[in-house]
This record gives sequence, C-alpha cells and structure tokens, in this order.
Amino acid sequence: MSIFTKTKDLVAKIDEFIDQTSNVALHFKEAIYLFTSERMKEFEERSLKIHEIEVRADTLKRDIESKLYSETLIPESRGDVLGIIEGMDGLIDWSKSTIQEFSIEKPEIPEKLNESIVELTHQVYLTVDALTSSVRSYFYNINEVKNYDNKVHFYESEADSVAERVRRDLFAMDIDLSKKIHLRYFISRIDILADKAEDLVDRIAISTIKRIV
Amino acid sequence: MTILIFLSSGLFLGWSLGANDAANIFGTAVSAKMVRFKTAAIVSGIFVVLGATFSGAGASGTLGKLGSINQIAGAFIVAFSAAITVYWMTKLKLPVSTSQAIVGAIIGWNFFSDFLTNYDSLRKILLTWVLCPVLSAFFSIILYKTMKIIYIKKPIHLLKQDKYNRIGLIVVGAFGAYSLGANNIANVVGVFVPVINFKTIDFGFYSFSSVEQLFLLGGIAITVGIVTYSKRVMETVGNSIFKLNPEGAFIVVLSSSLVLFLFASQGLEKFLSSYGLPTLPLVPVSSSQAVVGAVIGIGITHGGKGINYRVLGNIASGWVTTPIAAGIISFISLFVFQNVFNQKVYTPISYELTNVVVEKIEKNGIAVPKDIQKIEYKNAIDFQKAFEKVKINDNDFLAILKLSKLTPMKIDMKKEITKNCNLNFKQIEALKNIDGRVFNHEWKLIESLSKIDSSWRFSKDKQLNKKLHEQYNYIFTLFAKTNK
Repeated sequence: MSIFTKTKDLVAKIDEFIDQTSNVALHFKEAIYLFTSERMKEFEERSLKIHEIEVRADTLKRDIESKLYSETLIPESRGDVLGIIEGMDGLIDWSKSTIQEFSIEKPEIPEKLNESIVELTHQVYLTVDALTSSVRSYFYNINEVKNYDNKVHFYESEADSVAERVRRDLFAMDIDLSKKIHLRYFISRIDILADKAEDLVDRIAISTIKRIV
Repeated sequence: MTILIFLSSGLFLGWSLGANDAANIFGTAVSAKMVRFKTAAIVSGIFVVLGATFSGAGASGTLGKLGSINQIAGAFIVAFSAAITVYWMTKLKLPVSTSQAIVGAIIGWNFFSDFLTNYDSLRKILLTWVLCPVLSAFFSIILYKTMKIIYIKKPIHLLKQDKYNRIGLIVVGAFGAYSLGANNIANVVGVFVPVINFKTIDFGFYSFSSVEQLFLLGGIAITVGIVTYSKRVMETVGNSIFKLNPEGAFIVVLSSSLVLFLFASQGLEKFLSSYGLPTLPLVPVSSSQAVVGAVIGIGITHGGKGINYRVLGNIASGWVTTPIAAGIISFISLFVFQNVFNQKVYTPISYELTNVVVEKIEKNGIAVPKDIQKIEYKNAIDFQKAFEKVKINDNDFLAILKLSKLTPMKIDMKKEITKNCNLNFKQIEALKNIDGRVFNHEWKLIESLSKIDSSWRFSKDKQLNKKLHEQYNYIFTLFAKTNK
C-alpha cells in the first residue's frame, strides 16, 4: 500500500470510530427512553445494538492503534490521538455496561421521575455529541475545537444539575430506601458518562495547544 | 596519486561537513521518525553531489578571490588547518563552522606567503556571515506566518497533514542538501581549484571540467560523511538543540536552505543583475547558523519567548574566534611544513611595471600614477606599499595588480599536451607557431594566441569560454617556468 492509500484508509477508520461513538450516544438515549416507557422488547434490541457497536469499535481501536505505531505516523501527536481514541472507547464501554445493568437489574423508576431521567439522558447525550464534534475538529479543523469544548462544558454542567434535581426528588419520595439507593446508582451512572466526556474534552484542549502552529 | 594525498585534507573536511551539517537538514525529521535515516541519507547524498558539482562555482570563486593558493602543498595545509580548527573547537564545545575556519586558514596562508588579502572579498564574506542568520530568521517568520494563514483558511486532516509534512520534509531536505553542496563545497575543495588540474571529460553536449570533477570528489566526500557518521549526529542534534513540531522543522529547513541557496546561486545573481537589481554575494556560509537563525525566527513568531540569547552571543563570537584560530594554525602549520618537511607551500609571485605593462593598463582605461618609480616588486605586499601614497581606487589597483603580475612562461612544444587537455588541431597549430617564445604575463600569451587563431579567442558563448578558461589555465601551468 502506498503512503496515500494508507492515509486514506486510516482516515476512514478514525471517521468510522467517531461515528460509532456518536451512534452509541444516540442509542443510549433511546434505550433509556424505551426503558422508562417500559417498552422492554425494543429496549433489549437497542441494548444488543450497543453491544454490537462496542465490539466493532474495539476492532477499529486496535486497528488504528497498531497502524499508528507500526507506520510511525504522526509522531508528535500519536500519544494524544491514542489517548483520545482510548477515551472514546471508554465512553462506549461505559454506555454499554450501563444499559446492560439496566437490562439485568431492571431498577424500578417511580413514574414521577421518568421525565427527569429522560431529560438527564438528553443532556448527557448532548454532552457526548458535542464531544464527538470536538474530536472530529481535532482531526479535521483544529481551529474549531475550542467552540465545541465550550459546549461540552455547558451540557455537562446542565446534566449535573439535572442529576442533582432527580436525586433530590428521589430521596424526597416515600419509597423504600433500598429502591432509592438502587435508583441513585443508575442516575449516577448516567451522569458519569457526561463527566467522562468532559474529562476527554479537557485532554483534547491540551493536545490542541500543542498542535496549533 | 600525489594529488589524492594532498587532497585528503580537503576530503576529510568534506567528510566532517557531511557528518555534521547533514543533521541540520534532516536531523529533526529523522529524530522525530518522520523520515527514515536511509531515505534521508540517500536523498541528501545525491543532492549534495548535484549541488556541489553543478552550482559550487559561485561561492568557490569568492574564496578564490580572497586568496589564490598556488601550491598544492599550501592548499593541503590550508584545508588541514581548517579541519583541525573545526575538530578542536568542536571538542571544546565551541561554536564552529567550516566556512569560517577555511576563511581564516586562507588568510593565514596569505600572511605567510606575502600575498595580499582581498579586503573587499573579506568584507563581503564577513557581512554575509552576519546576514545569514538574520536573513534566515526573516524567511522563517514570513514562511511560518504564511503557513499559519493557510492552515486557518484551509484546514486539513491531521493524518493528511502528517503525510504532506513527510513529503515536504523530504522535498525541502533535497533542496537543503543541494544548497548545502552548492554553498559549502567551496570550503571543502575551493582552495584546491587553482592548483589541481584534472583532464576535462568531454561528453559532446557537456564538457565536465576539472573544477567540476574536483567538486564532484568533494561532494562524494560529504556524502560519505553523511552515510557513515551523520546518523548519530542526527539522532542527538535533532532532539537536543531545538524541539520543533514537524511543521516548524519544515519551515526551518526551508528557510535555512533558501539562505544557503541565495548565497550560492549564480543563476539568481545573473537574473538580478540583468534587471539592474543589487545582487547577493556568493559566499560560503554556515548552515548551522542559518538553522539557528530560522529557529529564532519561529521563536519570534511565538512572542519571543524561549529564545536563548546566549546562543546568539556564541554565534557572534564564532565569527571572530574561528577565523583567528584557523589563521594562526594555518600560519604555524605552513611554517612547519615548509621548514621541517621542506615542502613548497607557495610560489612567490612578483610584479613588474614595465612600459609594456603600463601601456596595457592604460589601454584598459586606468591611469598609472606617475609617482610610481620602481619597476619590479618582489611580492604583492611591496607592490601595495608603493601604491599606498597615491590615490587609486581598489578596483583599479586590483586590475593593475593582475596585469603586472609576473608569470614567466616558455612555450615548449616538446612537452606532452594532448593528454591532459582537449585542445583541438587549430589550437595546437597556434601553439606551434609560438614555440620557444617566452611570455612574462598571462595576458600577453592570451593576446598572442588570440591573434593567431580564433579558436583561442573568447566569444559570447559562455560554455565555450568556460572551456577556454580551463585550457588557458592548463597551458599557463604547463609552460610555467618554475624555479624548482
């Protein structure tokens, strides 16, 4: 393979990896919505979809990493790129395991909280979506990374405040403490996805400073 | 064989130049693993030889004007002293450049052999040394800013950028190697140009002159230095002196190569002068200093932070210390070589202002001052002293000096001539016409031969003139009445 085809191939792989992360966030949001609507069959289908994406993303990740190293590409930014890819893979894994736990543990959600949890998931989705845009600009147009960084921080803090509100509402309810604690665990898991996205965007910000000429 | 032994000091200088200076071109790229060493060595090897062979004459001419060494043993010592200076100063971790060492060594020879140092050339050389890093910094600022604008206006994918960087580093590396060869070959074999005469190889469409062959040899020596030793230098230099991203490395190599090219390109010189624009002097400069200048340029675009001003001081001190050290070493070595090893390190040249010479000078439109009484001068220093009291401009003085230079020659057709120079039948017939005659000045022989046959006449054809110059130089040396 010539240097031109090699680059094209790798660019396509990285693009696909970013797309898959973005897809996972969409499926994640839909899955939680289906769960709160108690449409369990469709929820399980989403869960399976996320699992498939996770497997594909793992293959892509290994491929990208080995190509970057074996062909000594982007020597200056290689560590950063690997960090970003790993971070996104972490997001995919986290989404997958969260949905899996919903599927296994089937937490009981009081009807009153359904809407808030869907809202929380939406904020988390927006955070991850802004992150994928930031990653895309890191590769395609370094000068635009900053715009998305700001969005990620904004949506993450929105998600935090929604999560806090849901937890307060939850613990104000007259239900078993065990159920409260069980549900709190799930609320935290959803919120952590936004935190992870924020951590990653901070890393991208630093890598960007290195690359701006 | 003897020639090769004497040439060895120049070739050694070439080797060390290849080992050290190729790192300026490909160091960052190789140490960052953007370009494989093998690729770097092949590309720089080929282009150094090309640059040296086909564009080396310009800068070499300037060194020749500074001091025209007329004995091969002298040239050996001059190159040897420069090599020792470079080696010694590198050991002491002092900044050094081959260009500065060779200039000092030549001046050392001038002093030793009572030859005039052409201060006009020297001034030109010194000015260029100062100009070199400054110009390089200027180029790198402009190019870096331009690149920044392009990147903002037309962003490209990280991996594509990486690919372009790799290709770019190889392309500018090739250009850098060409410029290095063209500019610095003068340091390596420049001093041997007047004293070594190889047989001109005629390919019909191109005649491969003695000078070009000498440059080719020097270029090969540089290449050997690159292949055998530069890997280590590249791996350390690339990492320790400057930490640049690949885009920065690209700009640094491009700017410093441009500077080296500008100070070596006869083509550009002709182009500028044909439009009446001021030309750049063709002078061997230090590639390391050009690189430092370019790195500083990038530092300036980043707000001047992180510029190590001590490096600047070191460069400036090198302009003075290196030539002085090389000059002293050269002077002492010449003394030792002449008196201990009984080697002739220079041919004394005397000057005469006979009526014939004065007539010729006046024909050239230069008035010879009336106060000059004496006719013979045993060396250029005495000749200059005689002219000290009269008002005369430098160019006129140099023209007088050239025309009154005594170069006794006796045409002796028993000497074998066809072997070493591609003289044609008519030219040989013309020489036979003046067999046995004695000429005291080069211009007199040229006049006589031109009168006899047009094949000895200079024309407008540059390629032919180049060949004719070679042939004249050959017969000057062949028929010189040496006082061995």
